[in-house]
Amino acid sequence: MNPLPLWADIAVSVLIVFGALVALIGSYSLMQLRTFFERVHAPSVIATLGCWCVTLGTVLYFSFHSHYIAAHGILIVVFLALTVPIVNIFLMRTGLFRARLAGEPVPAPLSRGGEGDRAKSKRAVQQDDFQANVAASPEVPAALDAMEDS
Amino acid sequence: MSPVLAYAVPVALFILSLAMAFTLVPLLRGPKAQDRVLALDCLSLDGMLLMLVLGIEQRSANYFEAALLIALLGFVSSMAMAKFLLRGEVIE
Repeated sequence: MNPLPLWADIAVSVLIVFGALVALIGSYSLMQLRTFFERVHAPSVIATLGCWCVTLGTVLYFSFHSHYIAAHGILIVVFLALTVPIVNIFLMRTGLFRARLAGEPVPAPLSRGGEGDRAKSKRAVQQDDFQANVAASPEVPAALDAMEDS
Repeated sequence: MSPVLAYAVPVALFILSLAMAFTLVPLLRGPKAQDRVLALDCLSLDGMLLMLVLGIEQRSANYFEAALLIALLGFVSSMAMAKFLLRGEVIE
């Protein structure tokens, strides 16, 4: 075990405390934001900035303590960068699907159905999306009926 | 342990524990199932960071594997629960 030089000591400390603070910010906003569609963005800051900071601090610490570069901490960050967007997209679609089934207000689609240059209105696009979701779900008849009525 | 790190690690551990306590609130309160799944996902991220900082505190590189395992299981479980809420089945 080699002792850490002072600059590495300070760097590791700053990285760890800053990463922990970012995690605190993400968790606090998860608690404070009101709707699900606002809340679903909050933990992403933990998975990106907070996780990068803490992992870099850990890699720095163990690289100075041992005689090799302890880069396998980077694995965690790379793995999270691959998986967190997938989970977030699934959770957002789940929230959208369940909110539409329950008839609650949902945010308007952003990527599709822009103003003017489409023949379809926003409402039609929304309904198409909804129908595609509903057609694949187990409760097809009841949901379709409910949508025809509205 | 090094002089600055001896203060920084307990502070970071405290902040991360506070973050996990904050995450417990929407986990218990969340009106819908998807809110709870989101909070559980966030809780696994916080727990993974806590595990990394604990590895520094104990000076053991074995905590890497625990953190990697938590990240992996958090992904799989959140994915399974989101899939179940979306489609009514996990594997079709």
